[in-house]
Amino acid sequence: MYAASDLRKNLRIKMDNEPYIVTEFNFVKPGKGQALYRCKLKNMISGAQFERTFRSVDVFEPADLQEKKMQYLYEQDGKYCFMDNESYEQILLTADQVGDVRNYLIENIEAEVLLFEDRPLGVTIANFMDLVVTKADPWARGDSVSGNTKPVTVETGYVLQVPPFIEEGEKIRVDTRTGEYLTRVKD
Amino acid sequence: MDGSWFLAKKQRTLRLRARILQELRNFFIARGYLEIETPCLIPAPAPEFHIDTMICQGWFLHPSPELCMKRLLAAGYDKIFQICRCFRHHERGARHLPEFTMLEWYRRDADYRDLMEECEDLILHLAAELDRGNAICCQGQVIRLQKPWERITVHAAFEKYASLSVEEALDGDCFDEVLTARIEPNLGKEEPTFLYDYPLALGSLARAKKENAAVVERFELYMAGMELANAFTELTDAEEQRHRFAKEEDKRRRAGKPPYPAPEPFLKSLESLGDSAGIALGLDRLVMIFADALHIDDVVAFPPETL
Repeated sequence: MYAASDLRKNLRIKMDNEPYIVTEFNFVKPGKGQALYRCKLKNMISGAQFERTFRSVDVFEPADLQEKKMQYLYEQDGKYCFMDNESYEQILLTADQVGDVRNYLIENIEAEVLLFEDRPLGVTIANFMDLVVTKADPWARGDSVSGNTKPVTVETGYVLQVPPFIEEGEKIRVDTRTGEYLTRVKD
Repeated sequence: MDGSWFLAKKQRTLRLRARILQELRNFFIARGYLEIETPCLIPAPAPEFHIDTMICQGWFLHPSPELCMKRLLAAGYDKIFQICRCFRHHERGARHLPEFTMLEWYRRDADYRDLMEECEDLILHLAAELDRGNAICCQGQVIRLQKPWERITVHAAFEKYASLSVEEALDGDCFDEVLTARIEPNLGKEEPTFLYDYPLALGSLARAKKENAAVVERFELYMAGMELANAFTELTDAEEQRHRFAKEEDKRRRAGKPPYPAPEPFLKSLESLGDSAGIALGLDRLVMIFADALHIDDVVAFPPETL
């Protein structure tokens, strides 16, 4: 069981026998008042979203979902193909089901596909992915102020903010949970 | 430099934070306040139902320095302030850190209205010293600082923004939900707002109004929809305080929360505490306003998850 204080973004809970994922989470607490947990929940089957505010006394059942190790193969016409590591069966996920993970998908990486009664619901990958920068403005040498950023594009087409010294062709490590740049990677 | 980029990114904000701290001290010292320090680790916190403390070696990390500061006040230190770390279990969100920085100040011979004026002067002082003039830009909005600022009672705010009376909200057990979802977002938008005069049940250390015992002299200061400070005209009736603490403690125990011993030295000191008022202001949130930051993590070097 989860308590309200366990609620956080991406937690999966069961309500009325259906799996829900917390898509947005806000802790609010008026001065001298009680803790409130304001969540946006998404039904993981229908995709329907709604907002609900919980109190600290509320408890939740975890959603009973299955995770299978799969390999990402390719994308075609907005569908993403994964292969089951054990059965070699291939399944297609929609862009919605893949979500932000598509920003970091490169061929043949390991992924965990989430299933509810054999229906794919979503996919997770490693927390950190090393990606090649395919487009970056050159580093203006005078620009050495720490804290400055510039946008670059990586091999998956994803655009993110990085420190100004990152150049085209370099590899960078990205946190797939936040989408943010972490560090430069030297092979 | 690469690995510490996330810290380096915060330099501008942390410098601003340091300036704000400096200017706060300048403001209070110039007004004759004495800066004091009280222990973080205390044997008996005030029993407030909705504030959970952290237990350490059988004592408690203080959720606020309130009790020790009032003992000093009662002992004749008539204008005091403190900037310290406070600890509240389970409080974590875009505006909450379980360990955060509080500014508290207390005055003898004053009530909550005097503190409203002092808040106005304090924020105006900071704005002037930080070259912001008479307005602050925050979340795409200009908050004007010319005093006096808006003052609205809890009662009037419920009617105005929620079309619901405070009594209906309390009876329907939805006061906090209505306050946070429908009222707070409207407060302190064009100018800072004082929300004042709370129902008795929501101010266990505040003095009841002379003309209406169902209401306590308490206010909260809001800027940009965010609660910044909480103030009271202090309750100085030791018997009444003991009674209210017992009620809160009873609620706590029935909810299965760890029992607190009664803070006896504090209760005893109330007998010599004359008319006074006190206020607690969240320093991290104050920095958020001046830095125009949306998340409290942006104004501290190390949110707990990064340690």
